Amino acid sequence: MSSLTSTAWKNRKSPLIFALLVVCAAAAQDTPLRVPSNAVAGAPATVGTSGSGAATFYLVGPAVSLKRDVDLGKEVALSSKELQSAGRYTAVLCSSSCSSENFFVSPGKPVDLAFVVHPSRVPVGENAAISGVALTLDEYRNLVLAPSSVQFQWSTKGAPAMSHSAQARDGIAWFRTSSGKSAGPLQISAALSNDVNTRRVVQEVASIPCNLRIQGQRTPKGVLVETEPVRDCSGNPVPDGTVVTFTAKDSGGTSFVDAPVKQDVARAIILAKGSVVISAASGVAMGNELRIGGKE
Amino acid sequence: MKRALPIVIVIVAVTAVLIFLGLTSVGRATGTIGIATGGALTGFSTDTSTPEKAMNNFLLDVQKRDWDRAFASAERASDAITEQSFIQDWVGSNGGLRSFSTLERYDTRPLHASDSDAQMRVRLHWATPVGPVEDVRDFHLAHRGDSWKVIWDETPPPNVPAQIVPVNYLRWDLVTGNSSDEWGSHNVDAPRVRIVSMNAVDSAEGAVVMGEVVNEDTIPAFVNVNATLLDGSGGIIDDESSFDKILHVLLPKQVSPYRVDFPHLSLSKIKNVRMDVKATLVPASSDPVIGVMNQKIDTDAQGHPVLHGELFNESGQTVNIPHVIASFYDSNGKVVWVSDGYVEKALLPQSTEAFAVEIPQSLAGKVQNFHVVVNQYSLEKS
Repeated sequence: MSSLTSTAWKNRKSPLIFALLVVCAAAAQDTPLRVPSNAVAGAPATVGTSGSGAATFYLVGPAVSLKRDVDLGKEVALSSKELQSAGRYTAVLCSSSCSSENFFVSPGKPVDLAFVVHPSRVPVGENAAISGVALTLDEYRNLVLAPSSVQFQWSTKGAPAMSHSAQARDGIAWFRTSSGKSAGPLQISAALSNDVNTRRVVQEVASIPCNLRIQGQRTPKGVLVETEPVRDCSGNPVPDGTVVTFTAKDSGGTSFVDAPVKQDVARAIILAKGSVVISAASGVAMGNELRIGGKE
Repeated sequence: MKRALPIVIVIVAVTAVLIFLGLTSVGRATGTIGIATGGALTGFSTDTSTPEKAMNNFLLDVQKRDWDRAFASAERASDAITEQSFIQDWVGSNGGLRSFSTLERYDTRPLHASDSDAQMRVRLHWATPVGPVEDVRDFHLAHRGDSWKVIWDETPPPNVPAQIVPVNYLRWDLVTGNSSDEWGSHNVDAPRVRIVSMNAVDSAEGAVVMGEVVNEDTIPAFVNVNATLLDGSGGIIDDESSFDKILHVLLPKQVSPYRVDFPHLSLSKIKNVRMDVKATLVPASSDPVIGVMNQKIDTDAQGHPVLHGELFNESGQTVNIPHVIASFYDSNGKVVWVSDGYVEKALLPQSTEAFAVEIPQSLAGKVQNFHVVVNQYSLEKS
């Protein structure tokens, strides 16, 4: 299959155009078409024709297919809108016979960034846990393959900002960094040299609970047991909702309560009348053991 | 016409005989001596000359929901028992599982009998939305005059006093951006959930894959565990999900047992098990908090090992259908069994309700420790 038909096959805009291009490719003897050699996405361009008389011009591109009646010998003007997508285009001219030429439209200058940061939440103190990828795009969202500089910057509240400069290769620039020591939002931005700036937020959250300590007191109903403020090993309070499992053992058997942390503290009521031993755990963290004597 | 008439006569005669038999029979005898079984088509006999007949008549009235007749036929153990409380005991209340159940059949077995009193053990087979549920109850019967009467001694449920329970529970809402938002600007990762243990065993019903899963994240997760059984050549034999044998909504750092059943499959045919845990971000609430109190491994009235205890609703919201899932560990901390059971009565605020889950006889000796979690279904939430 010739390059013309294979392009049409890839584009597959319509069966009619495809059939036409197959016929054209078979019939093409010479090429009375002069296609632009340095077309840029979003910039108008012209396709030159030679000869005289009426003809039909076809253009098939990544996001366009058009048919136009033209006069041979005059230039066919292609508007900026018709050339917004970068990529390979095929121009076909049919009069008594058909001829075709391929040309490329390259992306414009980078003026925009697609910026993806992963993950959206990360525990504090994790090594190389945060990564960001920026894709350089032109005005019409074409991926700009030419090298360009991207400046990454990340900052948390109350800490100096850190930055990293990366050269985009084939339209892609990336960075990787570790999470900080304090829980809170981490602002990450990616910027081009022309002040185009895209911002993302990664939520840095407390790591696993550390030094779980509990205290309890007897109430008419049972034993009210609660933790001291639950924090991770960096001193960050664990998020509300983190489950702390209280386990109580007395002569009546074993009791469990999965209690969520509310405002840094988890509390539960254990129905126990005699002397009871209570412990707590959250994830892999274990707390102290609490012994409360019996009382009716 | 000459040939049709005798056929019609025979059909009418057989139908009349069957109707007569149906109306006069009390219970259907089964293959086991001493066990009577009740069904939907048993008759209307009023014969209460033996404890078995009295018990059967009573249960038949209950099955037919003829409450006036059933209540009248029983003898109340105390004046506090009203017909309303009697009915409530059988049909449930507060949207509990019993409210959605039907007594499908029953088996009665005499435990003890003298001239004046008798003890009957009844196995009640309920049809429920979560599958068949068996309930074993012991009934006391007394000889009164020339008939036997069921002594109804179920204590009416205590009335929960009017009270105000402060609720300041946590709740997670899910806010999603609209489709016009910039790509990559509103990505929220799925919760990080991990299977922390897995064990595959053969049971009487087939192969069972079980273990525990933990939500390591700081947000709630809707979790489902899938297991795929592979043969020696890597081909898939079967795949199943944990269905209801898991605590689906896991709060941060919460651990849940899971169990995946493969009925009629033996581990000997399985070369490998592929586990897959799926976690989705969902809106969730940390209320109600349910404590699992006074748990003990014991044997039930039938001699089966069970873990029993009490659920305590620490919050102000009624839990209509509590679902208990227990994981049992051996001395090495390995999960050797996961068992579950639905509690038939609703768990009212600040109240307790008893539960029991069975442990296979063969594993009872191995169990050194256990952990129980409670799934809760509330009508207000669904």
